[in-house]
Amino acid sequence: MATRRFPIDWPLVAVALLLSLYGIAIVYSAGQTDIHTSVERLWKSQVVWFSLSLFGAYVVTRCSVRLLDWLTWPAYALSVGMLLLLLFVGKGAGTAASTKSWLAIGGFRIGQPSELAKITVVLALAKVLSAFKEPPKSLLELWKPALVVGIPWLLIMKQPDLGTGIVFVGFAFAMLFWSGVSWPLLVLVASPVVSLVLSFSTPLWGAWFLLLVALVLWYKPYLYEGIFLTVTNVVFGVVAPIIWDRLAPYQQKRLLVFVNPAVDPRQAGYHVIQSQIAIGSGGLFGKGFTQGTQKRLAFLPAQHTDFIFAVVGEELGFVGVLLAFTLFLLLFLRITKIAERANDSFSSLVAFGLLASWFVHVLVNVGMTLNLMPITGIPLPFFSYGGSFMLASWLAVGILVRIAAEGRGGRTGPFAI
Amino acid sequence: MSFHPNDIRRRGIAANVIIVGVLLFLGGGFFRTQVLQHAKYQLRSETNRLRELPLPAPRGVIYDRNGKVIADNVIGYSVSVLAQKEDTLRAVLQRLTGTINITAPQIEQAVRRFRREPTRPTVIIPDATFDVVSVLEEHRTQFPGLIIQSSPRRFYPDGPVVAPFVGYTAEVTDNELASAAYHDYKAGQQVGRQGLEKAYESVLRGKEGSQFVEVDARGRVVTGQGGARPDLLPVAAPPLYTNIDLELQRYVAGIFGDSLQGGAVAMDPKTGAVLALYSAPTPDFNRFIGGVATAYYDSLRNDPRKPLYNKALQGQYPPGSTWKLATTVIGLETGAVTMSDRMPIACTGGLQVGNRYFRCWDKRGHGSLTLSGAIAKSCDVYFYQLGQKLGLARLIAGGVSLGMDSKSGIDLPEEKRPRFPESTEYFNRKYGRNWSQSIVLSMAIGQGDNSQTIVNMAKFYTALATDGQAAKPEIARVKPEREQIMKLTPQQMEQVRAALVGVVEGGTASASAIQGVKLAGKTGTAQTGTLDASGKELNHAWFVGFAPASDPKIVVAVMIEFGGHGTRAAAIASKIIAAYLKVTPVVDLTTDG
Repeated sequence: MATRRFPIDWPLVAVALLLSLYGIAIVYSAGQTDIHTSVERLWKSQVVWFSLSLFGAYVVTRCSVRLLDWLTWPAYALSVGMLLLLLFVGKGAGTAASTKSWLAIGGFRIGQPSELAKITVVLALAKVLSAFKEPPKSLLELWKPALVVGIPWLLIMKQPDLGTGIVFVGFAFAMLFWSGVSWPLLVLVASPVVSLVLSFSTPLWGAWFLLLVALVLWYKPYLYEGIFLTVTNVVFGVVAPIIWDRLAPYQQKRLLVFVNPAVDPRQAGYHVIQSQIAIGSGGLFGKGFTQGTQKRLAFLPAQHTDFIFAVVGEELGFVGVLLAFTLFLLLFLRITKIAERANDSFSSLVAFGLLASWFVHVLVNVGMTLNLMPITGIPLPFFSYGGSFMLASWLAVGILVRIAAEGRGGRTGPFAI
Repeated sequence: MSFHPNDIRRRGIAANVIIVGVLLFLGGGFFRTQVLQHAKYQLRSETNRLRELPLPAPRGVIYDRNGKVIADNVIGYSVSVLAQKEDTLRAVLQRLTGTINITAPQIEQAVRRFRREPTRPTVIIPDATFDVVSVLEEHRTQFPGLIIQSSPRRFYPDGPVVAPFVGYTAEVTDNELASAAYHDYKAGQQVGRQGLEKAYESVLRGKEGSQFVEVDARGRVVTGQGGARPDLLPVAAPPLYTNIDLELQRYVAGIFGDSLQGGAVAMDPKTGAVLALYSAPTPDFNRFIGGVATAYYDSLRNDPRKPLYNKALQGQYPPGSTWKLATTVIGLETGAVTMSDRMPIACTGGLQVGNRYFRCWDKRGHGSLTLSGAIAKSCDVYFYQLGQKLGLARLIAGGVSLGMDSKSGIDLPEEKRPRFPESTEYFNRKYGRNWSQSIVLSMAIGQGDNSQTIVNMAKFYTALATDGQAAKPEIARVKPEREQIMKLTPQQMEQVRAALVGVVEGGTASASAIQGVKLAGKTGTAQTGTLDASGKELNHAWFVGFAPASDPKIVVAVMIEFGGHGTRAAAIASKIIAAYLKVTPVVDLTTDG
């Protein structure tokens, strides 16, 4: 195929490059501990993966959106197949040693197929949603998107990998929103989960349930849908706590481990406390690059993966945190622009889905380091050490660059957000 | 889907609002944690990673009157473990037993120390030998929380010679730590146990310093790191200057040797300065530092000669004839007698009182004596009659005002109060109303319900040696204190002293004269009621005296347990005085029976 010149969205690429370099620097720092560990050398392999990722991203920019569209179902099938395979041959790693997230050949871990699945499921969901002439108005109309997301989601939850599961739920909702599904329907779809979360407190759940009934009466879904929703909410909000109380402690623990697979519940509190101490003691300007004492003395757990942002907070302080947030903000705002200007609904949904995926990662991971979010073992894009995630992120950047190039206003100024 | 640009724009704005909102929310969280609560987390980060290692302060050096060292500090080693949990500590100790010798009680003790103060390094071996330290240094990497510190260790260069007054130090006990008096002590610290170490603990202890080390999440001490906080250097205690004459103390200890048991106190009568204070036999308190070995302690405890019992301070012995000077002073003060008065009945070896016959110590009899002569010959019959003349009430009241029922006030915590009736009420309590008149006879010659400490007798004789002022015995050079206890004229004092000279010159202690120096003093042979194997009564031998008689520079009280006749004590006292005044005694001790 002959190369054809097309405009590259430099603001997007520049922000992604800066984030990656920032991330690699922090991975390097994360290895600088007083008692030397293997983490010390990881930044080098992160650099290698970064180079590979840049090449991968370049290759992807060579593929037209039409080609991606055409490749969506084979890629989706491949992802689901690999996830299925993992249930039999998956390996654990690091803090999530008991799970089956890794694909390995002869003891050598190749990568986490769920990282690839994050992209392929976004593509598949975009394809399904873009096929709608009108935005779905009832739950029944959502069976296709639900199936497309649900199959890989169930396989991932079976590993179990709650973090990735949350990401799937996150971008699925975001893409439903982007496709024009009205917000009352979104609320109705989300209602059982809200009921489950609120079930610990009867007054809170009661208030939510009244609100929901009012919404059902106002939105007027089909009768059986309304009944179904009400019954589901009752089951999640009322019956779940009763069943939970009847469970033996070891059964409760088993369920808790399912909810929180990466970290032993007993240790979870310790990790969050250490992370908060590291961040808080960093202050405004931090303790200096590689000089974080909590990290150096190994108080900080998983400092190169899940809790890498605590290293940013400790060593570079609030200023370093703001820099990272600014870069992420520029990235996100740039992608909404790309999604708005995309040539077709498929491209637009893909762009917004990728954005949502990263956004959920950032929200959950960063929130976790400050105990604003539950610990779920989810990496921070461009920062956390991990080859397949770096590769997946840059493949996504490649897709976005291509969508931007094909979209309207692709030739507008470099920093038009 | 609806893909109209207007719809998309609307959703894009909504999405941007959510994105900005969430990032602001997260940023706010970081602002609160990093800027507003920075101080709190900074502190937690330091308590998290910094451990305070105590740097023990060297105790104050104790000097004698000539600047010779009595108590010193040498470099010792302490081995401790930094552990976060009791289980960790036990595990480390368990592994240490494979490398060095640690007993089960030591482990339990260490665990108790840890429970009391978990943030301080737990002392495992307070006083490790160099061998143990070198073995541990070799295996250091296997025991990450191990801390080997050099710490000052108490050392008494003269060992047992100074033990009777210097005492020793030991680790503060759990019970002490629980009491209010020890509120500023921490587990593992040393505290003075006896003698000067205890009496002047607040002066001698100094101020502990601190060193800060960084530990990692597993409690391992991170080496090669500059301290995040500078060390607080310990403040050494000021030296303690004493009145002890170490040369004399050594001499006294040498005389007692291994065979004699008893005690001796030497004082400067004008100031109360204690020149020497000895109790024989005595333990070596150097072996108590860092914890005494059970075998050694048991051998001391089971020794029939009671080395742990301070005979100069705690021993209560009937003063015998040395007390006749108290009777004399009381007689002179009340005007009942003068030095030249004779008693109605001459000594024929005993005195019949009612239906009882009271013996004189010399059954050959002394004939008719003046008071001076009775003192020189220690005639019991004379003092029986003087006692009768005074009456028990006056005798007891006089004894009390001479300080016979109170402590000497020496600055050593072990001193016991002498046993002496506070008044005749004592006898009413003890015997009922109808107690025998004979009590006054025994009291007059220093027997009966009268047990004095050696140091208190020495104090009494400082008044005889001077103008009737008793000097409070003082080991540390603090503040001399004297109290007028005798209300006699200077002439009377001179006469009494002359009588005491007579004891040595031609009296009971004539074998103990010193060439060129007038020695004054009084022997005592106190009945103990204890019989030897042949059924003969064993007596304590006393001598209390001073020299030179004209201008006394030293008062010496010597008491030999079961030493027989007082002349034996007199011989020792005269040698001590001669050594102090640097003259030679007339008779060599070895030729004295």
